[in-house]
Amino acid sequence: MAGHILLIEDEPNIAEAIRFLLGRDGWQVTLLTTGQGASDEIARLCPKLVILDLMLPVRSGLQILTDIRADPATQDLPVLMLTAKGQERDREAALAAGVSNFMTKPFDNSEMRAAVRTLMGGA
Amino acid sequence: MVAALSGSKLRARRIALGLRQGDVAQAAGVSASYLNLIEHNRRRVPTDVLARLAAALNDAPEAFADGGGGAALDDLRAVALAWPSAELARADEFAQRLPGWAEAVLAMHQRSLAQEAAIAAVNDRMSHDPHLSASLHEVLSAVASVRSTSVILAETDDLEPEWQARFMRNLDQDSARLAKGAEALMRYLDSGGQIDAQGSASPQEEVEAWASSLDWQIASGDIPSTLSAPARDMARALQADICADHASLPEAAFRAALSAHGPDPLAIASALNAPPFAAFRRLAFAPELGLGLVVCDGSGTLVLRRAVAGFSLPRFGGACPLWPLFTAIARPMQAIEAVVEVGAASPNAPRFALRAFGMASHPAGFGGPELRRAMMLIIPASAGGPPALGVGATCRTCQRLACPARREPSILAGATGPNSGPNSGL
Repeated sequence: MAGHILLIEDEPNIAEAIRFLLGRDGWQVTLLTTGQGASDEIARLCPKLVILDLMLPVRSGLQILTDIRADPATQDLPVLMLTAKGQERDREAALAAGVSNFMTKPFDNSEMRAAVRTLMGGA
Repeated sequence: MVAALSGSKLRARRIALGLRQGDVAQAAGVSASYLNLIEHNRRRVPTDVLARLAAALNDAPEAFADGGGGAALDDLRAVALAWPSAELARADEFAQRLPGWAEAVLAMHQRSLAQEAAIAAVNDRMSHDPHLSASLHEVLSAVASVRSTSVILAETDDLEPEWQARFMRNLDQDSARLAKGAEALMRYLDSGGQIDAQGSASPQEEVEAWASSLDWQIASGDIPSTLSAPARDMARALQADICADHASLPEAAFRAALSAHGPDPLAIASALNAPPFAAFRRLAFAPELGLGLVVCDGSGTLVLRRAVAGFSLPRFGGACPLWPLFTAIARPMQAIEAVVEVGAASPNAPRFALRAFGMASHPAGFGGPELRRAMMLIIPASAGGPPALGVGATCRTCQRLACPARREPSILAGATGPNSGPNSGL
């Protein structure tokens, strides 16, 4: 299994768990811990999927998602957004902005892996 | 109080200065929603708030006073502004010709404004309370990490030792973080959050917040004008009760009885021939004793709450039905006592001795209704010892999911979690 995933998550222990899980499934995961420079990293890495936390320092997940959809080169890039319960209003905004799927914290590991598999094209 | 139509002048001045409502509100120490109501003449402006708003707008308070008529007439004009179908120009005539009706209209309008302000404040708090939002985010992040990491540890048979060590360390960090975050959140919720005087609190909560800020030493001293009118009435009644308590249980005699009997309100009351409830309040409001108190009426509604560390009291909804308080309200003139432990069942669960007593009265004599009131003193006790009764604050936040007295599911269990539903035994 091959494919590059950009994980943008500021919680180090959550990021470590996700990297481990997806790494065991064969995905190559690159971590970014703030919203700063997300567009540059996406342009440099050309990931097949972005996993994006909603609440990030510097630039929010929603702003990054908007940037992704506004760029013709990445407008179809799958984006899996991590949100917390109680952020319904933000989720609605993310849906309007074109998010591909949501994962609600605390998430189930197997559901996370399945969602990634689906968004990576069932690879 | 100054006239309600001052709001229009405040709004005009703010707009002329090119200032945002939120900035002026912050500078004056009021919420943006409250200022919005003021500017639309939907809330009367207390003099001290007007002075702060005037300062924020770099002008004298007098510049914003309304020039016409008395306060009642100003209020009627404010009503007319809120109801376009009302004839604004005939407000004066209406007040003079039908003063009783005018008063009734004003009273209903004021009540409506108070309710709107309370709703706006609660909405503000739920939507924009940064402390609540940050605390919840912290807890959810820690929970997400703990859940994911623990499943990896439990289900990955061939986990390399270095990964295992790393995840164990993460788990340790996150569990500590979770405990801290949950504690901060519960402390915040217990305290009622940021109660202000603009309607986000009920009159009872205003009184309790004021008394708590003075460590309940309120026998003398002025009642602040920042409290709402109903809260001031309630505060005066409580102050009168406390003054009467001091008269019936003078300091020296009370101390001697306390020394002889310990925190036993009935023994102290009996020894000094004082009303039992006076002894309950004297004990609960003695700052060095660190005791809590709850008072309920015949419906079981908590009408006064003095919190004590470790024993949560509900802000909303009914309290734990296992509290001896509710046995006392059902059995007047009987001393009801229980040693309880709170929170999740654990050998180290905090323990308290609860002493409750209820009384009935007939203020209107044989022809009137029987009224009941009960008080419960909350006395911290040592952990450990024989099994104690497990209690909580209220079913919604109680961790004792299998409690036979449960009347609704706990938010700490899944909506369909085992043993989380209401008891149907009766």
